Amino acid sequence: MKVTANQYPQEAARVLREEPHVRDSVTGATLNFDNKRRQAYAEVDAETWRHWAEGVKNHVLSNLDRYLLEAEAKLQKNGVQVHWAEDADDARRIVADIARTGQVRKVVKAKTMVSEELGINPLLEGMGVEVLETDLGEYIIQLLKQPPSHIVGPAIHLNLEQIRQLFHERFQTPLDASPDHLAAVARKLLREGFLRADMGISGGNFVVAETGTLALIENEGNIRLSTSAPRIHVALVGLEKLLPRFSDLSVFLSLTARAATGQRLGTFVSLIQGPRQPGEPDGPEEVHVVFVDNGRSSVLADPEAWETLRCLRCAACLNACPVYRQTGGHAYGYVYSGPIGAILSPGLLGLEETKPLPYASSLCGACFQACPVRIPIPKLLLTWRNRAVEEGLTPRFEAAAIKGYALAMTQPWAYRLASRAVRFLPEKALDNTVVPVLKAWTEGRAGLKPSPKSFRQMWEDGEV
Amino acid sequence: MKVALFVTCLADQFFAEAGVAAVKLLRHLGCTVEFPQGQTCCGQPAYNAGYWAEARQVAEYTLGVFENAQYVVLPSGSCTTMLRAFYPELYREQPRMFARAEALSHKTFELAEFIVKVLGVSHLGQGLQGRRIAYHHGCHALRELGVKQEPLTLLRNAGAEIVDWAATEECCGFGGLFSVKLPEVALSMADRKLSTLPAQSQIDFLTSADGGCMLHLSGRIANRGLALAVRPLASVLWEATQ
Repeated sequence: MKVTANQYPQEAARVLREEPHVRDSVTGATLNFDNKRRQAYAEVDAETWRHWAEGVKNHVLSNLDRYLLEAEAKLQKNGVQVHWAEDADDARRIVADIARTGQVRKVVKAKTMVSEELGINPLLEGMGVEVLETDLGEYIIQLLKQPPSHIVGPAIHLNLEQIRQLFHERFQTPLDASPDHLAAVARKLLREGFLRADMGISGGNFVVAETGTLALIENEGNIRLSTSAPRIHVALVGLEKLLPRFSDLSVFLSLTARAATGQRLGTFVSLIQGPRQPGEPDGPEEVHVVFVDNGRSSVLADPEAWETLRCLRCAACLNACPVYRQTGGHAYGYVYSGPIGAILSPGLLGLEETKPLPYASSLCGACFQACPVRIPIPKLLLTWRNRAVEEGLTPRFEAAAIKGYALAMTQPWAYRLASRAVRFLPEKALDNTVVPVLKAWTEGRAGLKPSPKSFRQMWEDGEV
Repeated sequence: MKVALFVTCLADQFFAEAGVAAVKLLRHLGCTVEFPQGQTCCGQPAYNAGYWAEARQVAEYTLGVFENAQYVVLPSGSCTTMLRAFYPELYREQPRMFARAEALSHKTFELAEFIVKVLGVSHLGQGLQGRRIAYHHGCHALRELGVKQEPLTLLRNAGAEIVDWAATEECCGFGGLFSVKLPEVALSMADRKLSTLPAQSQIDFLTSADGGCMLHLSGRIANRGLALAVRPLASVLWEATQ
């Protein structure tokens, strides 16, 4: 996927200016998700679950080499073909080989963010393979040729009117069609797609090392069909997605659903144990699991950012984030948006390409409270900001201003001088446009008005 | 009880009346209030912007200013968080400084929190009878310090009604550096938060413990020509005693 994260400030401003409906759609949907998440957490001892899940994930990440090899052995024993992709090129080559060898002409895709990360759709389309996204939201944005705007709800930025218009143009549905009607039209199309496809591509919520089980959570049934109807199933799985024991699923499946959508469990949970066995009536002939690194092992080696790899991709942090809510995900310029994107993208892509993202937060802390695996997102946002400073990636005037600030704040006389100066400035100076910071402040906010006398002055004058 | 007031740079410059009210209030509750005159800013602007070397300079300076205080009280949730939570964070790898930061951390309190938790006072008086107040929770006080009920208790017990505000716990969009780095997003957040307030005729004023949030919100309110007063929590709590 093309990365445009360095355009975040301009893009965020543009979306707010030119597409105000995005803010309304995203705010409505995320507040709904977030409320349901709160209720679903309140039903269980969420604090204990979150601490436990954090611990299990930390254990996996600390022993990832061992669990990856165990998972590979178990998957192979189950008849699954295991592939290792070091980067996106590697992964694309692997998927292309599987498609070519299997003489694949039509592919159905279950929702997978890793596939977006790797650019699988353009690859297959370039090979002349027909690709059909089967998650309803993904299907809608495929029709619009847009990337996902949210990890769980990829079309979250669109409102009903826009979808009605789209379906009217493509499928001649009435302009006032009900959501059920629209879904029925898509369902018919997608069902034909499932029956004709040679290959299904999915992601993976979890791979259990102990049993070689691939676990997938969904609500529409499209993942079940994509992974069982075509003769080949390829699962693209980030290598951090492992769980040690089958029994770990009992909490992780429910915790993920609660965090993502406020459900106790996804409507469909698929636990895939390998290809069709002799005597079984259905299921794919080949199952492939592609473990994808693509920057993850360098995140794992990072003494601070490694905690990011606990992420379950539930998007609870996006739903909780008031900054994400204003613009939706496109402005972030990469497949992973919102708070998790702001700390994951710099880890996967490097800070040079993603400089503005760690600043795309007011550090309000709502993301950390929502996160089912307690990733310290605010702390890591600050860590990335600090690295931007250390690597000299921040504007020169900012660095100079902060140095001046630190000097003034460690010299009482300098602080006093600044305090006086603020009151001697002509009224307009604080209201206006010479200093960039003040200009940014006063566009949309009334100018700053200091108290007539500072508190310190009042204290020293004996007025307190 | 001896209290060192850390008025914070924002209150010093922009909400001097909040500092005065905090002093009167603490004296009224039997405290001896000191104002260590070397104090400046807590260093959060530098910390928040990622300039940790500069943040440590200011932190080390401030640690010196308040080293001998029995209690440090601030009329600000965010600056309290800087001292209590982020100073130790800054010195994770420097044991000696970490110990000093921890010592300060343990004796530092936000004003309303100090009154309720340390002084054990939850009734200030009846000075807010009939007042309808919108309370803006600063994010740091709410989520980093877990201070939520203390200010509400003090306001309610003085006769105030806290109006229902759907987005009361949502960030207003200030976020320090954030408010000038991404002004369009920050303003959109303020608008969203303000849009969930009850009608202006049902609110007497908005209050908060955080100067930054108040500058941002009141600036936006004035810019949009809304008729809603914004008053520092310390001033309102002093009024509660009257």
